Amino acid sequence: MADTEKLVEQLVSKHGKTRNSLLPVLQGVVQEEHFLSDTAMIAIAKALNLSSADVYGTASFYTFLETEPRGENIIRVCKTITCKMKGKQRVIEAIENHLKIKEGETSRNKKFTLLAANCLGWCHKGPVMLVNDDVYPHVDPDQIVNILDKYC
Amino acid sequence: MVSKKLQRVDFIFDCAGCEPIEVVKKALKMTREEVVSSIIESGLKGRGGAGFPTGMKWKFAKDEVADTKYVICNADEGEPGTFKDREILDVVPNKVLSGMAICAYAIGSKEGIIYLRGEYNFLLKKLNAQIDEFNNSLSKIGLDFAVSIRSGSGAYICGEETALFESMEGRRGEPRNKPPFPTKSGYNGKPTVINNVETLVYTAMIINMGVDEFKAVGTMDSRGSKVFSVSGDTPKAGIHELELGLNVADFVEEFGDGDTKAVQVGGASGHCVPRKLFKETIIGFEGIPTGGSMMIFNSTRSMFNVLNDYLEFFAEESCGQCTPCRIGTQQLIKGIEHVKKGQMPSEYLDQLIKLTETMKIASKCGLGQSVANSFSSIVTNFREEMIY
Ligand code: SF4
Ligand code: FES
Repeated sequence: MADTEKLVEQLVSKHGKTRNSLLPVLQGVVQEEHFLSDTAMIAIAKALNLSSADVYGTASFYTFLETEPRGENIIRVCKTITCKMKGKQRVIEAIENHLKIKEGETSRNKKFTLLAANCLGWCHKGPVMLVNDDVYPHVDPDQIVNILDKYC
Repeated sequence: MVSKKLQRVDFIFDCAGCEPIEVVKKALKMTREEVVSSIIESGLKGRGGAGFPTGMKWKFAKDEVADTKYVICNADEGEPGTFKDREILDVVPNKVLSGMAICAYAIGSKEGIIYLRGEYNFLLKKLNAQIDEFNNSLSKIGLDFAVSIRSGSGAYICGEETALFESMEGRRGEPRNKPPFPTKSGYNGKPTVINNVETLVYTAMIINMGVDEFKAVGTMDSRGSKVFSVSGDTPKAGIHELELGLNVADFVEEFGDGDTKAVQVGGASGHCVPRKLFKETIIGFEGIPTGGSMMIFNSTRSMFNVLNDYLEFFAEESCGQCTPCRIGTQQLIKGIEHVKKGQMPSEYLDQLIKLTETMKIASKCGLGQSVANSFSSIVTNFREEMIY
């Protein structure tokens, strides 16, 4: 059995074979494989007795359930109003320059994907970014290289 | 209306004399009816923004006969400018858990779930440890109730309670029709109390301090205090627990930077209050209620850009289920752009306000309904900034 199918099997046995566990299973796959491949979604559909269209329909609704290949680490910079006021643009530019990619793209070595996000809940400490689940409040564009190096 | 003087309160973050499990024990000494009637009597309204009386919600759920009932803590805060629930869950998670346990006792529930927004996953490890410990303590004092946690996947709309149930049931987070209300048919079709993080802490505080002490704070319409999250052009950005019922002028005097031109009360779905209305606008249910977000703008800010940002937020976060909301948000963005570029006359703004009124009537949930708030308050009060 391929790795993806094994992973799905493990996740389903951990979370239960019901529709209620669909999101945790999808989240688990994204955590391991950085996105939801067709293979993964078909395996999940089979395991939970759903149609693959149904699984895709749910997955595509959620921002964090990536259905396209992504880098190992996802950087999300808040683009909402107070972070914008506090200079999110300079943060995005610093990341773009360092990784030589544009917003929405993945670096050539597949280490990072850069995305803009809606309010991350740290508006008093903008600009803010997340790298995976780690929060960087008051992020200083000059510190970007140091921060991203931690994930290499 | 008289403004309450700005008074800092420390019900939530002050931990003196309120070991959360002791508060649960205190509730267990009361009858279930007494717990519910205390919350009703306190006048506590939901702190998520909509302001439904919390005690009534508990009463409806308590009166339902069912084999299973749920207590859900809505920790999917996503309104731009709002970050209080994150702070509460980080600093005093046990108080949130004790609120859930008290509710469970009152309505007869055995299972509680915290729905945490995906953006707050960094809290998971700590929360899970706290939850394990709390569940243990509950079984020691003989309350058959356990809490678990679910994490969201980055959809703002899942903060809407019925969309949250859909999401937990493995579906797209699209709001449901109401009625039936969650207290009758919520998660898995079972009676469910869903309360916001801050609301749950206040229920525990009311049991701990007594109804009278809680009622003594705030106003007739807005009992108690409220945690505000302050951001934007302010030297005091952060979390502040304040008595309800103060006016925006007093708020600005304390939190502004001396050059405040407008305050957005209640986030993107709230109202924008211009300087000329600071004095007459009360922060609370008798004036402008807020889930907590207070964004301050000084004279260097373009209110056109502010509005445009809010609209983009709504357009991206609309679940797409109803046409007025899905199409309306897009049209509003195009509409203000046309006026700003001089491609449409300024009267077109009035047409757009009418469109938001239609969205208010014809949208299924708060997202589509509340676009009108920020739109008409910004367009009306800053019209000169909207035109070419
Ligand atoms: S109003 Fe908007 S967000 Fe709410 S149900 Fe309709 S389309 Fe979805
Ligand atoms: S606006 Fe950026 S975190 Fe809220």
